[in-house]
This record gives sequence, C-alpha cells and structure tokens, in this order.
Amino acid sequence: MRTSTILNILVLLLAASIETAWATPLKIDTAKSTVSAVFKQIGVAVESRFMKFGAQIDFDATSPDASKASVDIDIASFDLGDPDYNREVLKKEWFNAAQFPKASFTSTKIRGNGPGKLEVSGKLTIKGKSIDVSFPMTVKKEGAVQIFEGSLPIRRLAFNIGDGEWKDTSVVADEVVIRFRVFAKP
Amino acid sequence: MNNDVLETPSRYGLIAILLHWLVAVLIGAAFVLGVVMVDIPGLTPTKLRYFSWHKWLGVTVLALAALRLLWRLWRGAPAPVPMPLWQQRASAAGHALLYVLMFAVPLSGYFYSLAAGVPVVYMGLWPLPVLMEADPVLKPILKALHEALTNVMLTIIIVHILAALKHQFIDRDGTLKRILP
Repeated sequence: MRTSTILNILVLLLAASIETAWATPLKIDTAKSTVSAVFKQIGVAVESRFMKFGAQIDFDATSPDASKASVDIDIASFDLGDPDYNREVLKKEWFNAAQFPKASFTSTKIRGNGPGKLEVSGKLTIKGKSIDVSFPMTVKKEGAVQIFEGSLPIRRLAFNIGDGEWKDTSVVADEVVIRFRVFAKP
Repeated sequence: MNNDVLETPSRYGLIAILLHWLVAVLIGAAFVLGVVMVDIPGLTPTKLRYFSWHKWLGVTVLALAALRLLWRLWRGAPAPVPMPLWQQRASAAGHALLYVLMFAVPLSGYFYSLAAGVPVVYMGLWPLPVLMEADPVLKPILKALHEALTNVMLTIIIVHILAALKHQFIDRDGTLKRILP
C-alpha cells in the first residue's frame, strides 16, 4: 500500500516533468499566418506567398530551449499573382511539384537568445534536397496569441530550383529570402 | 542641312528633331518588343528580359515625352505649310493626341506593372516610385487599357506617317523636310 502510493507519486511526478519538458503544441492560425518567398527578378524584388501550409510549434517562454518547430508547405499553393507563372513554377525545372509536392522544415535545435528572441537550427527540405539552416526568430505576445516571425535567406540553386535556362541568375537572382509570420494560440 | 538648334519660323530646330526621331525609334522598339513578348508562350527567361526592356523603353519614352512637351510649350512649332483648313485642324488634333498618348501609353503600362505586383526598376538598378499596391482587380483593366491605348497610338502613328508621305510625294510642299536634320 505504502510502496504503491510512493510509486504512484513517482509516476505522477515523472508525468509532470515530461509535461514541462515537452511543451504542448500550440494551435496555429493558418488563416492569419503567412509564409512567403522574396526573390529578385531582373532587379525587381517580388514577394510571393505559399497559400497552404501547416506548422507545429512547441514553445514555452519559460524554457525556450525545449522548443520544437516543424513546417510543411504545399508547393502547389505558391502564388506569384499570375496563373501562367503559377503553372510554370510547378514544372520540373523549378519545384517539380509532381515529384516533390511538399517542402518542409524541421528544427533540430532552438535556443533562447534574450527575451522574445530565438535562434533556430534545423533541416530545410525543398525539391527532395535537405540543407542545414539556422536563422533568428522573434516571438511576440499579443493577448493569448503568440506571433513567431523570421526570415531565412537561402540560395535557390542549392536546391536546384530553376534549372536549365533558369540557372541564369541575372534573370532570377540566386538569393531568395523565406519569410514567415505564424500566429499561434495555446 | 539645318544647323539651327532652335526653331525658325519654317523649320524645327535640332533639339526638336533629335527628340522626335529618338522617341519615334523608342516607341517602335517598345511596340515590336511588346508584341513579341506577349506572344512567347508560358514563361521563359527571354520573356522576362523582354518585359523588363519593354518597361525601360516605356519609361524612357515617358521622360522624353515630358522633355518634348516642355520644349514644345517653350519654343512652339513652325507655322504649318499652306493647306486646307480641315487638314490643318486634323493635323493639330492628331499631334495633340500623339502628345497625350506619349504619356498615356507608358503610364497605363507602368500602372499595369504595379497592379501586377512587379514595380519597375529602371535598367535593373533604379527602383521607380511604387504609386500603388498590387491589385488583382485593376490588373486586367489596366492591361486592357494599355493595349487599347497602344492600338489608338498605332493608328494615329500610321495616319501621321501616311500624311507625311502625302505631303512629301503628292503635295511636294516641304513639310517632311522641316523635321529632317
């Protein structure tokens, strides 16, 4: 009787410690959240949004180092504001959406870097190619809502995005900045 | 040969002549490029390049048109050669319309580009003012307007050229010589 009570308490304590170590995932407001890519086309900076994506964020401001994040992006939802352009970027030379319908990001390490600041490292996978990336992210509280924001510069050619004649970086620059703003609630 | 930089009562000066032919060549180039680029199916680097060049040509025409207008307002034009009154009136109206279109055609293209969310960066180096946000509703309207204005301009330019040839080869009244260097 005594031993089982102690055991019960131990189990409860263990469960509680797991609970704090693995913060509960936040609910993502996908209607408000945005993920976009900013690229330069013959000197003109153009920002285009990925209209469909899912994100999972485990974050607790009191233990930011235990945070985890992953994002799944539906490539076919990339909207350049023109149906012709939208069709073009799904082709083999660009995203090859038929073979690689999703791009993803999975964090490997998140480190608190002062109040409201995080340093995120992880794997970014686009067009079947995974690259280790790290970038700063900010988190801001507005009432119950937490806003995660950041931008991550990548080189499109490292992912073979824009192959063949599109390799010409004088038309579409190599550097692309992925921008995100994610609204989440507990 | 005319060496006068400024207008004389019977001839255009060199500045006006230079501006006239420069704008003529640039409008011709922008028009040909515009027709070719919209005929390229899908999306290719060449198409994007042509779109950029087309916009840069248009902006250049716009700037030169402003110069021409200021010059014309300051210097005026030589008196018309003797011709029937209806021709004088048609000529004045045609030229006025050409001045309006030298502004309206590039401006409609400029705003169409802004509505499409692709602001103009002159020569790929100098960002020009973003006077409005991307607007998917206005985009097709401005596209249609740009094309319609271009068609009107093309028509007036053809009449302008035919009239010049008529003056040169039928009336033989020296009208064309006034705008030649």
